Amino acid sequence: MSSDLATPGVWTRAQRASVERLHIRLESFLVLVALSALMAVLSPYFLSFSNLLNILLATSTIGILAIAATFVIGSGGLDLSLGSVMGLSGVVGAFVAVNLGAPSALGVIACILAGGIAGYINGQLVTRAFVPAFIVTLGMLGLARGLALVISGGRVIYGLPEFMLYLGQGRPFGIPMPVIIFVATAVVAHCVLAYTRFGRHTLALGDSEGAARAAGIRVERQRRILYTLSGALAGLAGLLFSARINSGDPTAGLNYELTAITAAVIGGTNLFGGRGSILGTMIGALIMGVLQNGLNLLAVQSYYQQMAIGAVLILAVFIDQYQVRKESRV
Amino acid sequence: MTLLKLEGIRKSFGAIDVLHGVDLAVKAGEVVGLVGDNGAGKSTLMKTITGIYQADAGSIAFDGRGILDLDPGERRRLGIEMIYQDLSLARQQDVSSNIFLGREPTRKLFGLFPFVDKAAMDRQAAQMIERLNAHLPSINRAVGSFSGGQQQTVAIARALTFNPKLVIMDEPTAALAVREVQSVLDLIRRLKSEGIAVILISHRLNDVLSVTDRIVVLRHGRAEADLVTGKTNMSEVVSRIVGGGDMAAAASHEARG
Ligand SMILES: Nc1ncnc2c1ncn2[C@@H]1O[C@H](COP(=O)(O)OP(=O)(O)O)[C@@H](O)[C@H]1O
Ligand SMILES: [Mg+2]
Repeated sequence: MSSDLATPGVWTRAQRASVERLHIRLESFLVLVALSALMAVLSPYFLSFSNLLNILLATSTIGILAIAATFVIGSGGLDLSLGSVMGLSGVVGAFVAVNLGAPSALGVIACILAGGIAGYINGQLVTRAFVPAFIVTLGMLGLARGLALVISGGRVIYGLPEFMLYLGQGRPFGIPMPVIIFVATAVVAHCVLAYTRFGRHTLALGDSEGAARAAGIRVERQRRILYTLSGALAGLAGLLFSARINSGDPTAGLNYELTAITAAVIGGTNLFGGRGSILGTMIGALIMGVLQNGLNLLAVQSYYQQMAIGAVLILAVFIDQYQVRKESRV
Repeated sequence: MTLLKLEGIRKSFGAIDVLHGVDLAVKAGEVVGLVGDNGAGKSTLMKTITGIYQADAGSIAFDGRGILDLDPGERRRLGIEMIYQDLSLARQQDVSSNIFLGREPTRKLFGLFPFVDKAAMDRQAAQMIERLNAHLPSINRAVGSFSGGQQQTVAIARALTFNPKLVIMDEPTAALAVREVQSVLDLIRRLKSEGIAVILISHRLNDVLSVTDRIVVLRHGRAEADLVTGKTNMSEVVSRIVGGGDMAAAASHEARG
């Protein structure tokens, strides 16, 4: 009760304003600024325009997966199959376009459809079979990866048609296509999560499934849509990634779910649901992007990068839960 | 005119038979008390009315039409609201988000995209809180940080915002201070005067006796008694709750409050 009466300090007020107005966690933003400043000092190349575009390009795949993670985790769910479904989608798209010789547009559709179907299956199993999301999507992680290897025969499928290539390598106005598609997706996703009934119901569901059900929200239907959306976004990520490297690689997206979930959590998504914003997640994704880019510039081995990502995830959840505990101690 | 009519409602959870054919009728504008021991099935019965639970057998008619095939959202739209014992608030969301959950007003952006009209939600939520003569620290704070009474205010505001015909209150005063209890009782009288029916579940029999028109006693999964409040008294209600003429048990129940 005392916190109601006491005037909150400047820091607390700034935190609240940032979250309420901009949907961004102030801490994450400051970490991004500090990290960027550090990298700029350590490497003169870091702040160059082309390197900043590189960071955005490298972040685009993870960023789209992190958007999916924000929706699903915000609803109190979990999608561990993001990276595998991304790999599967890229392979399916390449298979349709290259091996079957279908037009580019069909390859594009196949990518997103493959992801959407995998997500739909996740959603059906979670809501109808009462298998926990953790297990369903862990199973899908294995299934999708295995299927990608089966379809491709374990080999990379090279040589995508021109239009698909353009989506990965085109540079209208000097800006890479994946960056444009990523930013557009993020803007739409932000509006959906923050300003539509669908988005509000998603977070309410993650906050209290009972409250959502009592309010008349169709909880199971909402969850099925969310998992399907998550899969479709993984399909989009798979499309952009394949198009960028001009091939369907069955190992693409390995462990990407780890980075995507980390980005979402750093950005302020409550790991247990009820809170999250796409703008916040974008800050989180950029933190991961800057971290990887910086470690690359400093020639740190990728093995250590993997370790850094895992450590950051645990640290972010720890800090988040620490704050939650502090706040509920009213 | 009968607003709500339950006939032969049965419900079991696995091997546990909770309701064995309950009949209950509520007229428009009537205040009915529902009492019974812990575990008698009061909350379960009410949740079959709102659609949170599916009844195994029986029928429920509201305003003359069967509602068993409707989902909770559709039943709310007919005018059935419930303040749940466990509150059912989304703790991390703010006041207006909770009040308007599932019923958010929208505004077309560029005449195309339906965006939630948060400003209208905040405005109407503040008005509703004011009409309840209640005070909340801030309309923009997560309700999880509020006290029990303040959370109850939000739950009540949600139940009243959409012109309900029937408001079910499941232990609405359990977590409240004395003054707050009085304002809930006053609210029930006000709802009655506006023609809104109320089902009140409470262990505080004095409260039930003072605001209701009728008292239904639930015992062993059946409506054991249906008493006109004006023609009964505390000891009769208590003896029907604990069963038959066991007056010693009745007295101890009464002593417990
Ligand atoms: N979801 C459920 N699953 C299993 N048993 C339940 C469930 N809800 C209630 N019960 C059981 O039904 C009985 C009646 O509970 P309830 O309706 O909450 O009683 P009351 O509200 O009258 O105290 C209790 O024995 C309780 O354990
Ligand atoms: Mg109860």
